[in-house]
Amino acid sequence: MHHTGFESAQGVWWKPAHKSEKIWVAIAFAWCMVLFAMMPLWHLRGGQNPSGIRARVEPVAFQDRVNEFVAEYGVTDANGSQVLENGIPVVQPPPGSDVYMMGRMWAWTPVLFLEKNAQYTLHLSSFDVNHGFNLYPFNVNFQVVPGYDYGLRVTPTQEGEFRIVCNEFCGIGHHLMIGRIFVEDTGLPAPGSEGGAQ
Amino acid sequence: MTGDGGVVGRWAHRICPTTGLKVHTQADRLIRAHAVVATVSLLIGGIAAILVLLTRWQAVHLLDAVWFYRILTVHGMNMLIFFIIFFEMAILIFAGPVLLNCRVPAVKTTWAGFGLMVVGMLMVEWMMWTGQADVLFTSYVPLRAEPPFYLGVILFAVGALITTAVFMATLVVAKREKTYEGSVPLVTYGGITAAIIAIITLVHGAAIYIPTFLWSIGVMNVDPQIYRLVWWGLGHSSQQINVAAMVAVWYMLGGLTVGAVVLNEKVSRTAFVLYIGFISMASAHHLLVDPGFGPAWKIWNTSYFMYMAVLASMVHGFTVPAGMEMGMRLRGFTQGLFGWLRKAPWGDPGFSALVFSVTVFGFVGGITGVTFGTEQINIIAHNTLRIPGHFHATVVSGTAMAFMGVTYYVIPLIFRKRIAFFKLAKIQPYLFAGGMLVFSMAMTFAGTFGVPRRHWDVTFQGAAYTVEYSPAVDLLLAITAIGGLIAALGGGIYILVTVVSVFFGKPLPAGREAEFADSIPQGLLSQPWAQIPKTEEEPESPWKIGPVPGTMVLVFIFLAAFITYYFANWKLLSFAWKVG
Ligand code: HEM
Ligand SMILES: [Cu+2]
Ligand SMILES: [Cu+2]
Repeated sequence: MHHTGFESAQGVWWKPAHKSEKIWVAIAFAWCMVLFAMMPLWHLRGGQNPSGIRARVEPVAFQDRVNEFVAEYGVTDANGSQVLENGIPVVQPPPGSDVYMMGRMWAWTPVLFLEKNAQYTLHLSSFDVNHGFNLYPFNVNFQVVPGYDYGLRVTPTQEGEFRIVCNEFCGIGHHLMIGRIFVEDTGLPAPGSEGGAQ
Repeated sequence: MTGDGGVVGRWAHRICPTTGLKVHTQADRLIRAHAVVATVSLLIGGIAAILVLLTRWQAVHLLDAVWFYRILTVHGMNMLIFFIIFFEMAILIFAGPVLLNCRVPAVKTTWAGFGLMVVGMLMVEWMMWTGQADVLFTSYVPLRAEPPFYLGVILFAVGALITTAVFMATLVVAKREKTYEGSVPLVTYGGITAAIIAIITLVHGAAIYIPTFLWSIGVMNVDPQIYRLVWWGLGHSSQQINVAAMVAVWYMLGGLTVGAVVLNEKVSRTAFVLYIGFISMASAHHLLVDPGFGPAWKIWNTSYFMYMAVLASMVHGFTVPAGMEMGMRLRGFTQGLFGWLRKAPWGDPGFSALVFSVTVFGFVGGITGVTFGTEQINIIAHNTLRIPGHFHATVVSGTAMAFMGVTYYVIPLIFRKRIAFFKLAKIQPYLFAGGMLVFSMAMTFAGTFGVPRRHWDVTFQGAAYTVEYSPAVDLLLAITAIGGLIAALGGGIYILVTVVSVFFGKPLPAGREAEFADSIPQGLLSQPWAQIPKTEEEPESPWKIGPVPGTMVLVFIFLAAFITYYFANWKLLSFAWKVG
């Protein structure tokens, strides 16, 4: 019997659904399966996945790694001393290397010089609270959590000036927290657009 | 109190002159108390919204940085936690005792729950306004607020848990005392769904706020990643309470405004059950670009077990308009595909609110939500303005709009008052949902350029490096502000209308509804639900696609929009740096 949603359902109400209802449920179900399948599929065929190498790390230990990284690949001037930009060391790691980047109220350390189309393992972590890694202007975002090392295999596919905007609220200086990445085109060939990424 | 009141059957009640339901006097009072506090929170949250909005509009940039983050905390807590949950408690008391024709089983306990919620809320307000909790409503550890902030949240949650438990007890009492026949109404069933989810949610709440409180007084450690995991078990599951409650209100408003029928109880109820089944997985889509979890975990959980909750929403998104179409057709509005829509009562704020709630929730909130909650697409959405753009379309133009719409029926039915400024009330849904639609779409587009959410100054004055967004962003932020101001005007009208109606409104004498056509919504006059033929017969349809052809067309338009937006985002993602 016809009734509204606020009247008690009387008698046998588990009767078969309307045909149009069945059609819609079947289509919606099929679409949900497409939505689901796209994610594993992109892991196989797509180039952008948030997988990374993930590990726990004490903030102090991560800071030590950043310092070692700066010592190893830091850019030096004619006198052999580390080049600083706004007080932050500038580092030029070779293609294929592990790169360490730390968020700390309210700066990203270090400044990076990378090569276009080279792959790096970019380790992100925080010294204090949560920060957010947002690559300007290409809008790539990752959460930076203290106590965790997020090692993302990154291949810059465009050259030029990039910024890292902090996009997780991290206290009163949050909106001032900006880092810098410079990508130079050294003529490396573009990575195959298919496969490779996990 | 009007109607043939009395203490018959042991409890003081009145007989609702419109529906014939026996309404417990205490249920009336409890609903009223919860609704009043909900409105106060809405007012505080609304004022905060305007201040935050005018700050994000870079051309105005109203607040300084300290007050921006402080007021943003105030906005999030008052809207998402206090306003919505107080309102939901009122709905539970309505869907339980009132719809089931039953008494409130534990009156004192329910008042105690209410009291705890109010005390908790006051503690949180005090901490926020005095600058002792500048941590935003997510309060991610190790950002730290003063201990009374966490304690306030705990008290509030315990209070809500008590009221939810009383609702569950009502079901038992009503069954035992045989206050209704057959199965509980679908709306109550939706309420039960919301209540079950609420219990699961509040358990997550206890699991995170108690350790965090202990951490804040220095006796325990809390891992920041575990915090995010469990906190979102609360934070997102609570959104599923909102969805379930909103869908229940959809069915309610459909029946009240156009005599919408339930097409098939089995289908609608199964869809509600799907919401419950996978609710604890909800946390995952906030953690898609977090370091603590692997791809398999992310995929499995963000999809809530292969998108079964999305399926549920797509089912309701069909059955609600289909029930409306069928109800209209049964009452003789059979012309063409969309005659039922053209002849619908667009001047009834309950009806227009319902239509906006369903369409904006589905077309904007739903589509963006599923898209951004895709493991990889989240890389180009996380923590950008796309996120608040998305959820203002779900929880604001969806849930809040539906709650506002049902208020226009609750005021005459429960409060027995005519609606003050009824002409304003008629345009209120258009302003609120229309403004929110503009607001959320503009915000979502601005987020596509990577503009961060929760950010005081996207011109980055005084920062170490320059960042300059495309000029389109300035325009989009201005449109966001204008849409938001229009919505805020709609919100202001809602508060004005409800407060004046309830406290200073003219009474609505029983049985004389017809005299007050200019101050109560049309559904109470024409009572469309009473005109549906009590048969099994279906309206004739010249179309092969069954008795609801108009709805079929609408849902296919929806599906096309969904597919387009979804794959456009994969395309957009493929331009980003390679990362894996
Ligand atoms: C006229 C109505 C409203 C306007 C103009 C408005 C405006 C805003 C703005 C401008 C933001 C800040 C976005 C950012 O900087 O990240 C915001 C955040 C938010 N709004 Fe609203 N809002 C409204 C209503 C609501 C309602 C009714 C709710 C909930 C039921 C709500 C929930 C939230 C939440 C949860 C946040 C996020 C806070 C955070 O990031 O910590 N808003 N809103
Ligand atoms: Cu930061
Ligand atoms: Cu920040």
